Amino acid sequence: MGIRERLSGNEAAAIAMKQINPDVVAAFPITPSTEIPQYFSSFVSNGQVDTEFVAVESEHSAMSACIGAESAGARAMTATSANGLSLMWEMIYIASSLRLPIVMSLVNRAVSGPLNIHNDHSDAMGVRDAGWIMLFSESNQEAYDNLLMAHRIAEHKDVQLPLMVCQDGFITSHSIENIELLEDDVVKNFVGKYKPEHYLLNDKEPIAVGPLDLQAYLFEHKAQQAEAMKNAKKVIAEVSEEFAKISGRKYEFFEKYKLDDAELVVVCMNSTAGTTKAAIDELRAQGVKVGLLKIRMFRPFPAEEVAEALKNAKAVAVLDKADSLNGCGGALFEDVVSGMYVSNIHVPTVNYVYGIGGRDTTVTDIKSVYTDLSEIVSSGNLNNPYRYLGLRK
Amino acid sequence: MTEDKLNAKTPINDLTIGGNIYTAGNAKEFKTGDWRSITPVFKPELCKQCGLCFPVCPDDAIPVGKDLKRGDFDYDACKGCGVCAKVCPFKAIEMK
Repeated sequence: MGIRERLSGNEAAAIAMKQINPDVVAAFPITPSTEIPQYFSSFVSNGQVDTEFVAVESEHSAMSACIGAESAGARAMTATSANGLSLMWEMIYIASSLRLPIVMSLVNRAVSGPLNIHNDHSDAMGVRDAGWIMLFSESNQEAYDNLLMAHRIAEHKDVQLPLMVCQDGFITSHSIENIELLEDDVVKNFVGKYKPEHYLLNDKEPIAVGPLDLQAYLFEHKAQQAEAMKNAKKVIAEVSEEFAKISGRKYEFFEKYKLDDAELVVVCMNSTAGTTKAAIDELRAQGVKVGLLKIRMFRPFPAEEVAEALKNAKAVAVLDKADSLNGCGGALFEDVVSGMYVSNIHVPTVNYVYGIGGRDTTVTDIKSVYTDLSEIVSSGNLNNPYRYLGLRK
Repeated sequence: MTEDKLNAKTPINDLTIGGNIYTAGNAKEFKTGDWRSITPVFKPELCKQCGLCFPVCPDDAIPVGKDLKRGDFDYDACKGCGVCAKVCPFKAIEMK
């Protein structure tokens, strides 16, 4: 059985990487993900992994090195946050369009400016259309587990897309929690060896990667990426099923917490789900039928399944930890409501932008959301669906 | 793989992912001469075979035989930059 430990989210990610033992890790330090390459480089120095650690001069180079390594036929990993991801941005699209299953730990942090190093999801939302699979993690345990599943998903022949595992900067990355690790050999067997069909270092098959792709081709290659992203749903389900057998921990596209009979529902991602569960327990004790839908798989987005899960709710609040600054609502909100609309499910739904720049979101804040939802149900009035939670007025 | 036969009419499901090319040495199949807006015309009657033009061609579009004499332009490769016409001391290359 598993190993009981207590680790921070960054330690958990680094230990997952140690157990995966990738061929190449290229990373540049940035708060709050710095500790991941820091811990990992000590594993390299101590001879605990076989990895080539590339201490690059920027995040653009970190992603470029991962692209080079993965094209060559190696398994490559990296970690970053916020402005580091921003600097990678150009290469993020190259990685996905060249269909390279690079795995990244993204420790979510506000993208400056003004300068802020604390948690929100603006970094992840900036690359939500970049063709990366995106898994979100409520806790250190989930960040660890998602990383162990990452390569199996990303490298699958029907997928071949890069994957990022998100967790909340500081809130989980620097908080020490109980965690259950798998034994090294169990992880090794589960993750398996990377055997790409085509790769640059194959001397029997000289190939070209990333050639000019003009009007006659790019459209089809983008559609192939979209198809791979759709395929990823099935693969994520299968790999999660298999992971449950070795770990006892079962992950779905999203977690339903007291959702089945819930009338008032909150949809959110990452650590806020824990806060929401505490609020739900308190309100349920008072007889209020409240529930949570916690998105784990944000890309591909399980639009139909989310809509189906929300169809019996009387009111829904979608919490976005990044403001899209588009005048009408955050990214998760738009995905949820468009999924519902397309499935012909019409439940009053509001958006709360919250926790920007690491602003604390408390159980009291979440309870106020449920109070608002209850008022929407009783009054039948849904004015201003684009709201803030915890904003000073 | 039959990707050397891929072309602008190949259906999506027959294309390689990411536009990868799984054969080597195919750059010669990519004709770039149609980028040309002006064209060098070789006048063999004026040419003294001095050998100044072909080393300066950026696209190796002036073929040279075993006898070290140049032939007519390879218009599949020539982009009409005009460097050859500039270096020719005998006006044996005219840009049209």
